Amino acid sequence: MLLALIATALVAVALLSEELGPRISRAWRRHRARRRHVAPLPYDPGRERRAEQRARMLLRSCVNDEEWAMYRDLGFIRVWGTQPDGPESDRSAGGAAYAYLIYPHRPIVAYLAQTHRLLAEYCVTFPDESRPYGEAQLPDSDDVLAKWMALTGDERRLIESANMHLPGRELDPARVRRDLWRLSQWERARLRDAEHSQAS
Amino acid sequence: MRFLRMKPGHGEVLIAEGELDRGEDEQRLVREFRRQLDAGLWAAVPTADASGRRQAQMVRAFSDIPRDAERVIFFPRAAGGR
Repeated sequence: MLLALIATALVAVALLSEELGPRISRAWRRHRARRRHVAPLPYDPGRERRAEQRARMLLRSCVNDEEWAMYRDLGFIRVWGTQPDGPESDRSAGGAAYAYLIYPHRPIVAYLAQTHRLLAEYCVTFPDESRPYGEAQLPDSDDVLAKWMALTGDERRLIESANMHLPGRELDPARVRRDLWRLSQWERARLRDAEHSQAS
Repeated sequence: MRFLRMKPGHGEVLIAEGELDRGEDEQRLVREFRRQLDAGLWAAVPTADASGRRQAQMVRAFSDIPRDAERVIFFPRAAGGR
């Protein structure tokens, strides 16, 4: 009886080993691969800076002089909205002129040009899943340029891709209003400079 | 015409270059264009009108690219953020 049980067990083990052997082998290789130490790319402290310099040159070559100066001096770019009824998710603009503020790696803020009433924050990212150099985030100026191209090229598509939130979710509304005030001061100063240079 | 691709940690990278008038170049550019879009990237052509206004033209097909465009910029497609 005992011999019969042992023989049956041996046959069962032999049969199962053919089926389970390759699976166990694959699982072991996966386990080893997960534990294998992959050496990270050597840290290069200048890489981010060089990437940002390249990105700034590309941005400068694409936007107009005023937009470039705005970004250089204020840290954001204003893009005028073109939808007749305002941004996709906020029809309360009611045909009034509106615009967006583009910040690097921050939500895009829509606001009414005349009253500076904030309409919405549009959270959007441009993740590169191939993760070259181990990261997915574009340099600051490339992020701004990507938003600028997507907004000026296909505003509706970008706004539909973004997560819309009420103003104040990520950006402090007081800070945005201060930026709008800085923008108006900056525009006045440029206008004065232009008038002076024409007069002289 | 030059194809540029934005890359994290690097800035833009030249991924293809050629003359549309030359058949071989055009075919190579078409293949590269499809490859980038298949990889999930968006493509845009920066433009300027006579008044100096700058904007971008998003292109979804190679035939959408203006023949006189100097460059096409590829960048990761937009996704909703936090």
